[in-house]
Amino acid sequence: MSQLNLCLLRWQWGCLLVCSMLYATQVSAKSMPFNLTEGVTDISQQVYDLHMTIFIICCVIGLVVFAAMFWAIIHHRKDKGAQAAQFHENTKVEIIWTAIPFVILIGMAIPATKTLIAMEDPSNADLTIQVTGSQWKWHYKYFGHDVEFYSLLASRQDQIHNQKKKRENYLLEVDYPLVLPVGKKVRFLVTSEDVIHSWWVPAFAVKKDANPGFINEAWTRINEPGIYRGQCAELCGKDHGFMPIVVIAKPQEEFDLWLAAQQQKAIEAKAEEQTMLAMSMDMDEMMQLGEQVYNKHCAACHQPNGEGLAGVFPALKGSQMVTQDVAAHIDIVVNGKSGTAMQAFAKQLTLKELAAVIGYERNAWGNNTGDVIQPAQVKAAMQQKDQ
Amino acid sequence: MASSRRLITGLCATVVAMFGFGFALVPLYQVFCDITGFNGNTSNIVQAQTQGSDGVDYSRLVTVEFVTYISKGMQWQLTPQVEQMQVHPGQMIDMEFIATNLSREDQVGQAVPSVSPGQGANYFNKTECFCFNQQPLKAGDSASLPLRFFVATDLPQGIQTLTLSYTLYELPAPEQKAKGV
Amino acid sequence: MSTDAAINTGVSDDAHEHHDHKPSGFFARWVLTTNHKDIGSLYLLFSFAMFLTGGAMAMVIRAELFQPGLQLVEPNFFNQMTTVHGLIMVFGAVMPAFVGLANWMIPVMIGAPDMALPRMNNWSFWILPFAFSLMLMTLFMEGGGPNFGWTFYAPLSTKYSPDSTAVFVFAVHLMGISSIMGAINVIVTIVNLRAPGMTMMKLPLFVWTWLITAFLLIAVMPVLAGAVTMVLTDKYFGTSFFDAAGGGDPVMFQHIFWFFGHPEVYIMILPSFGIISAIIPTFSRKPLFGYASMVYATASIAGLSFLVWAHHMFTTGMPVAAELFFMYCTMLISVPTGVKVFNWVATMWRGSLTFEVPMLFAIAFIVLFTIGGFSGLMLAITPVDFQYHDTYFVVAHFHYVLVSGAIFSIMAASYYWLPKWTGYMYDDYLAKWHFWCSLISVNILFFPMHFLGLAGMPRRIPDYALQFANVNAVVSIGGFAFGLSQLIFLVVVIKCMRGKGERASAKPWEGAEGLEWEMPSPAPYHTHTTPPEIK
Repeated sequence: MSQLNLCLLRWQWGCLLVCSMLYATQVSAKSMPFNLTEGVTDISQQVYDLHMTIFIICCVIGLVVFAAMFWAIIHHRKDKGAQAAQFHENTKVEIIWTAIPFVILIGMAIPATKTLIAMEDPSNADLTIQVTGSQWKWHYKYFGHDVEFYSLLASRQDQIHNQKKKRENYLLEVDYPLVLPVGKKVRFLVTSEDVIHSWWVPAFAVKKDANPGFINEAWTRINEPGIYRGQCAELCGKDHGFMPIVVIAKPQEEFDLWLAAQQQKAIEAKAEEQTMLAMSMDMDEMMQLGEQVYNKHCAACHQPNGEGLAGVFPALKGSQMVTQDVAAHIDIVVNGKSGTAMQAFAKQLTLKELAAVIGYERNAWGNNTGDVIQPAQVKAAMQQKDQ
Repeated sequence: MASSRRLITGLCATVVAMFGFGFALVPLYQVFCDITGFNGNTSNIVQAQTQGSDGVDYSRLVTVEFVTYISKGMQWQLTPQVEQMQVHPGQMIDMEFIATNLSREDQVGQAVPSVSPGQGANYFNKTECFCFNQQPLKAGDSASLPLRFFVATDLPQGIQTLTLSYTLYELPAPEQKAKGV
Repeated sequence: MSTDAAINTGVSDDAHEHHDHKPSGFFARWVLTTNHKDIGSLYLLFSFAMFLTGGAMAMVIRAELFQPGLQLVEPNFFNQMTTVHGLIMVFGAVMPAFVGLANWMIPVMIGAPDMALPRMNNWSFWILPFAFSLMLMTLFMEGGGPNFGWTFYAPLSTKYSPDSTAVFVFAVHLMGISSIMGAINVIVTIVNLRAPGMTMMKLPLFVWTWLITAFLLIAVMPVLAGAVTMVLTDKYFGTSFFDAAGGGDPVMFQHIFWFFGHPEVYIMILPSFGIISAIIPTFSRKPLFGYASMVYATASIAGLSFLVWAHHMFTTGMPVAAELFFMYCTMLISVPTGVKVFNWVATMWRGSLTFEVPMLFAIAFIVLFTIGGFSGLMLAITPVDFQYHDTYFVVAHFHYVLVSGAIFSIMAASYYWLPKWTGYMYDDYLAKWHFWCSLISVNILFFPMHFLGLAGMPRRIPDYALQFANVNAVVSIGGFAFGLSQLIFLVVVIKCMRGKGERASAKPWEGAEGLEWEMPSPAPYHTHTTPPEIK
């Protein structure tokens, strides 16, 4: 009776598993690889080979041990009339099964050591990227090339909260991806502004912790052009799951063009700043732009409704700073507040965006101060400090 | 029962000792880092001023790069005189960083150095560095901060580039900061 | 009860008679108890309650991860769930369960009348409910409970942590004090209270593994206490142990934490080895193969555990030489661990096997723990660890070792000794259901996590890319099934405790050996008041 029940039980479980699999496949069509990526660098290929070697060795050992065990389970059972032998030691056997694993381990350690030394070879980098993590975005700086930018999650809050359909690369897409040349040795100088993050791109087999106050190095040489995606791999607070990494690898000539264009853009942006100063936004324009900026940069902590999270992130709705003291409000958005998660947005946003978001906060969610903030005001507040 | 008491005393002593060991790991770790260059800890040789002038290895050139980071919320600038230079191992180098306090308050900064790659950190010798001291700057002021260093001649051949990073932190107020280590 | 009957016959001396009375009244019986069996039961019941609490948090985690997007909880609360789930399972479920088993079984197994320090024993248990009430209370504080992972890496746990961190630190201190007192008690009991003739090399392996575990506890729990103290002073008293600004180093936190953390991992598995080494011979009707090598293997695992901590931190940027050293040492641990598995298989070989529920759990332990061991070996290889580190591959690895390892062994031990504890046989039908449901669901729950990790899903994230959706849905279903299966166990235990079921004989298992089977079931309130004779 109980045997039958057990059979039934297993059958039911099998059905449940199959059903759940079927159900799940309907949710999304994009398939997941079931093994480690081979990646697009020589190192990542070596890592993959090492992974497979050790995996197969483990499988073989497991097979032998479990075969012996299940042989005993099937043949040496009491209900088959098995009489228990009484042996309880055998020095020779015990030495053998201590020695054999030892030899296997040495066999594993040799290729592992070689790969590790190749990974940590510090010589002759062609390009240096300073990678800086902060809660919860990456900042990239091309060392010696005057190009730097922040890279933020591009999936929107309404996708995260299931109000809009999620895009194909949901949570693995950023606004400004890192662009790297193919075939050149790239060096990453990794550090952090606040907590520990970890910069990980599986296709390069690079994972390096970003430690505040210290720099770490990692190297890669990409073999194929393409788009490669990764994520922060060290718990770094609330939005740890929302700070992806996207790298676009381009052939050298394309990369050079891109880099030149970025340098040009940086110059143009400075010029544009001048025109912005003369610009004046009306309430509607400010609120529209402000809302966009707010949702992208501020809503993760202060929440889309401006109410923050009690005890963690302060509310903006009805807050004294936001409804009254304009100067302090501009100051905290522009310069951040040390020792907290509030960061300086001066370098992350344009003057117009800064003005819009500050103005938006002063008028949204019933704050209704009626203040319209202009880029020139923000600039003036910054300059006050510079003088 | 006497042996019981002795055993218990011994075990309690072990507990206390291990609690102490947890704290002893702090200085031990520093020593370990200094020996191995682990985590980019650099050598500070304040006395050996002349060591650099002898035995310069002119057959070899090493690239030294300087990067700076400003901690979150701190409105300072820290700019190296040059971002990159070629040096011979053993050669004594003087250079400067320009620090500017852009904030409206008088502040004290503390630069924390780190050298990469870690294996090379031990061969990067600073004989004079602004990171040895706290740096007070009045609101809006600038100061030039000196650095004097040499790269040891026995730097392993595999290392052709050394990167020195400074992260600038704001200290709460002069002389009040309790230094943990 | 049989003990009362013994007193009524008046054969025993006065002192014996006096001691044999159970204190009357709930308070005197349970709160003031110094009896090792009562305290053992308290520990076991407490750990089961914590197992269900931590399990409920795991259900929240799996429900949120059932589909991509944020549905049930916001990310900050999700982080609190993963953190508190980890802390409760490690310090509230697994460790107290082992201490409970030690309390119950060690005096009985070595022929001692009680633990050596009975009043401290009472204290070390009663600290725990307070520690965990504090810990759970933080979830309701403003700003929430600990949200920095059970490993509480600085500076996330110092500069950027919620206000409740002080309470967290205090709770961890209490847990540490409790564990240390428990460990001291175990060592003194084993060293001083063995019955005459019970030499060290005659000790049951469960006692041996616990002795070694107790030494590990004494060595590393104070280091954890040191680590949390430094977190406390960094956060509230202006020190900078882990803050680069003041000359500290956040990576140093990880060194100190894992110096505790890795031996801690073995603290949670060595007693399991002892349990399995008791159960396999019983149901194989054959002596344990390689007793001496088991002892040496356990000791060498414990010794090596102090030399491998940095394999949790390969990505922090260590020098190559250090990475190689820690890789080799870690790989070396697989040798003694392998010896243990081989010994168990050799014990079963040419035995006369039957498959009662404790044996089923023990066999499942061997297979699944070995799978966890293999993934551990893969994780030891530094270059490949760069790919596995902080992904679901690691989550799969340590849940195989801790759930289908440590927790399965605790289940096996419970079924094995329940008749001795309660005097009643467990409900075999329900127990088999419990086993098969647990076995199947635990694999649906944790096996696909290997694939998630290899495909690149980081751990500790509340939301994930669409490609991970299918497998996560399967994993969540496995999780709910595993959670529900444990309720069967609850029913089985309650039935035994309430005396529903078949009366258990003194030795319900044909092949069992050891002093615990030479006394009636349930074990009398006081046992070995005169030292037993050791054959």
